[in-house]
Amino acid sequence: MRRAELVTAVILSLLSIYIMWKSGQSAWGDGWGESIRYIEGEGPGSGFWPFWLAVGMLGSCIWVIVNWVRKASPPSRSEERFLDNYGIMMLLKVGGGVTAFIGLIHFIGMYGAMTVFLIYYLAFLGRHNWLTTLSIAIGAPIVTFFFFDVAMRIVLPKGYLEPLFLPLYDIFL
Amino acid sequence: MAFSRRMLIAAGAAVIGMAGLMGTAQAWEPNKPIDFVIMAGKGGGADKMARLMQAIVEEESMSPKPLIPVNKAGGSGAEALVALNTAGDPDHTIMVTLNSFFTTPLRQPGLGVDIMEFAPVGRMAEDTFLLWVHKDEGISTFEEFIEEAKSRGDGWVMGGTGKNSEDNIITDFLNNNYDLSIKYIPYKGGGAVAKDLAGQQIDSSVNNPSEALGFYESGDLIPLVAFTDERLPMFPDVPTAKEKGADFSYYMQRAVVGAPGMSEDALAFYQGLFNNVYGSDKWQKYMSDKSLQGDKLDGDDLKNYWQTQRDRHEEILKASGAIK
Amino acid sequence: MDVLFLLLDGVIACLEPLNLMLIVIGVTVGLFIGAMPGLGSVNGVAILLPATFLVPPTSAMIFLAAIYYGAMYGGAISSITLGIPGASTAVATTFDGRPLALSGRANQALVTAAIASFVGGTFANLLFTGFAPPLASVALSFGPPEIFALMLLAFATFVGLGGDDIPKTIFSICFGLALAAVGFDVISGEPRLIFMDITGFMHGINFLVLAIGVYGIGEMLWTINSTRDDITMTGAEITVRNVMNAAKKSVGAWRGTAIGSGLGFFVGILPAAGATPGSLMAYGVTKMTAKNPEQYGKGSINGVAAPEAANNSASTGAMLPMVTLGIPGSPTTAVLLGGMVIWGLQPGPRLFTDQPDFVWPLVGSFYVSNFIAVLVNLAFIPLFLWMLKMPFTILAPVIFTLSVVGGYAATQDMHDVWLMLIFGLGAFLLRILDYPLAPAGLAIVLGPIAEPTLRQSLLLSDGDPMIFFDRPIAGPITIIALVLIFLPLFKLIFDRIRKKT
Repeated sequence: MRRAELVTAVILSLLSIYIMWKSGQSAWGDGWGESIRYIEGEGPGSGFWPFWLAVGMLGSCIWVIVNWVRKASPPSRSEERFLDNYGIMMLLKVGGGVTAFIGLIHFIGMYGAMTVFLIYYLAFLGRHNWLTTLSIAIGAPIVTFFFFDVAMRIVLPKGYLEPLFLPLYDIFL
Repeated sequence: MAFSRRMLIAAGAAVIGMAGLMGTAQAWEPNKPIDFVIMAGKGGGADKMARLMQAIVEEESMSPKPLIPVNKAGGSGAEALVALNTAGDPDHTIMVTLNSFFTTPLRQPGLGVDIMEFAPVGRMAEDTFLLWVHKDEGISTFEEFIEEAKSRGDGWVMGGTGKNSEDNIITDFLNNNYDLSIKYIPYKGGGAVAKDLAGQQIDSSVNNPSEALGFYESGDLIPLVAFTDERLPMFPDVPTAKEKGADFSYYMQRAVVGAPGMSEDALAFYQGLFNNVYGSDKWQKYMSDKSLQGDKLDGDDLKNYWQTQRDRHEEILKASGAIK
Repeated sequence: MDVLFLLLDGVIACLEPLNLMLIVIGVTVGLFIGAMPGLGSVNGVAILLPATFLVPPTSAMIFLAAIYYGAMYGGAISSITLGIPGASTAVATTFDGRPLALSGRANQALVTAAIASFVGGTFANLLFTGFAPPLASVALSFGPPEIFALMLLAFATFVGLGGDDIPKTIFSICFGLALAAVGFDVISGEPRLIFMDITGFMHGINFLVLAIGVYGIGEMLWTINSTRDDITMTGAEITVRNVMNAAKKSVGAWRGTAIGSGLGFFVGILPAAGATPGSLMAYGVTKMTAKNPEQYGKGSINGVAAPEAANNSASTGAMLPMVTLGIPGSPTTAVLLGGMVIWGLQPGPRLFTDQPDFVWPLVGSFYVSNFIAVLVNLAFIPLFLWMLKMPFTILAPVIFTLSVVGGYAATQDMHDVWLMLIFGLGAFLLRILDYPLAPAGLAIVLGPIAEPTLRQSLLLSDGDPMIFFDRPIAGPITIIALVLIFLPLFKLIFDRIRKKT
């Protein structure tokens, strides 16, 4: 935990510096820093607030690091592991599963990816029987289709499976 | 992402093609819901108009597949322009535009958008601009306005929608032509401008009639001059800027465009569709209620119109120093 | 007295079979739309707008208002049962609603939320009916400096919200505000903070993307990790008597309900502010003035009642500038306004006098919708509780799926779904290290209102910040806000000094 606290603070500091740098960039191609000036008689430029907010972020990261050195905050004293083996496996299985779900949307669309994810989670992580798994994995996309595509008129992405939906559009839309 | 979408559409088209559903002599019709991109946020003038068009299409069952409105307001319409430019399926992607269609690509050449590549579906109307002040200001003519604004210098505040936008361009015109130094304050939308003028937070606005109408009817806001070529039927007593000796008129285009790369057949379908919308009673009533001008334009006429408008905006933006 | 007769006429018009049926359908549909993470009243109203052509304008408007009401009730449901705020108006409801659900008192939280919503809505309706025109002029007297002062006050009421770790709380606030700045700067017309030049950042970072990421994905991962998969959410038996008992206990939440109703309505009528700041401020004030503020965030029913009363009250309040001035107070009322235009009505100061046949049934429908919404909501509570009783290994994937679908539906852009995932994974890791993330969520809601009004004010005053102090309305609000912000700091310094001596 102690090492994670420091690593996180350093990563967040880098993020703050990136935002500071990005705030100074002008979309109109003016030189760096033009947008963060306080313009006389007008008030702050477009990058003024983001820049100083990022400075605030950097400042608080440095404060966190100081607390780390002084061992002033609970995580900086903790001897526990940041993520134990269970945590790492959980993150890989569940977090990885959700990431794969979102990645798959680009290829097999929301409905295909949803079905695959639900089967994966219910059958392999949740160890439910196939009846439960399949009834949810098939039921959920159907309910979603009627709620979003048909009733709410929010057309969810279909990916390569789009041709399969054309007849459905003809019937329901 | 655009890449994979394009691929899937190609694959989809291939599947259908093989099934022999395509290529028949029948006129082109959409076979899936149509992306109806709105170049502005929810609730704005363009959004209201787009939803009215969608409602008309739906009510009169003009299209076999529905229009699905999607608001893409980011970056003065830059987001919408890029979305159309990279649309995976140009035959099912159309957009409602305003004048940021001309100004945004000029101001942000990095977007790589050429508006002349967009498919000319139809110009549905031109919105008009008037100069408004609050009734308690004690001003009833354009001349009095000039006098008062001049005496107050940069203490005279004009509110408008966005920076370097239509409202800003008209304010710049007033400043340059009448030697004024009105201060321009950008707002997010025309409704907020009208409200702050009614509450006398600001001194004047150049709202479209649709935005200021409520306060005009209640007598809070007074129109002084119209930036049109001829007097508006709704405001017969309000002179035009031309009558006041300035060679200046300015309109907001309300047009529907198709994504670059739209096929001829699809374009013909959408042109027909929006011709029907334009001819509908609801649309005609809306135009007269909101004091909208402009005839229907499409095809090459619309492209020529775009060309003149783009050149004009380039000139205006160069003069104001917004672009080099 | 005239008002009462007109109102009575309006209510009677709503009880016509067609209108009543539309209200019941609208409220029910709205409830489910609101309960769905990622969808709020604005989606419901926008999407059903074209469908209203089938009925006369008055009925159409009543239908849309019913959806609006239903969605407002529904927002609390996902906040409490799933821990994901369904809309920005229901963020504050998660603060106490979620802990209540986790401790097996989801039924109490749901019932309290429904009752508080009803009270808030009714209170707002009464004010609306009695004082619409004078209140409209209050709304007009709020220019940019006043709105900014109000946003400052909203922040101030939330100073105590963060965790114990001060630098991490400051980080969270600054980070949220910086995220709020992403996309487009209204004042200079300049795109800014377009990270890696990805066009998806041009529309800014939607609050829902952050909220669904943090609460839907991050919190779920954290819950699975810290409970080792061994969790069931609620044990409460679903009986009529339980619901009745919960309703009785809700009386204890009178303070939160009262503060929420009053504050919510007032903030709601200001066109730029709307229901979200209203519900946040109500929560903050209720906590600040409580005898036992340490109970808040751990499952206080007042903490559920305040934001829920406020967001319903504010939603009705937001109708006021729409009906009386023709100015939308929120995205939803903006779409409703569009609807009125489509039906050929001219919203604005003259609507009340020119179109009484339209206005009074609409006002009447607020009362009827509110009444029916609370009944429908109470009736569906067993269904939502039943969902919670499912094994966690079924609930978890369903919540993940809802998060992804909801994240897409909010903006219909895959870019935002990826962003949501990044926020979710980041939130999980930061959560272990005690970084509070609620302040970032508030900042991303208030930031987009606060920054433009601040800069418009400075433009008005030629860059002179005194504009926030020397205007009659802005001045006092700013001063109160500053005192509240610095109060804890003074206290801290004072305590330190006292400890040393």
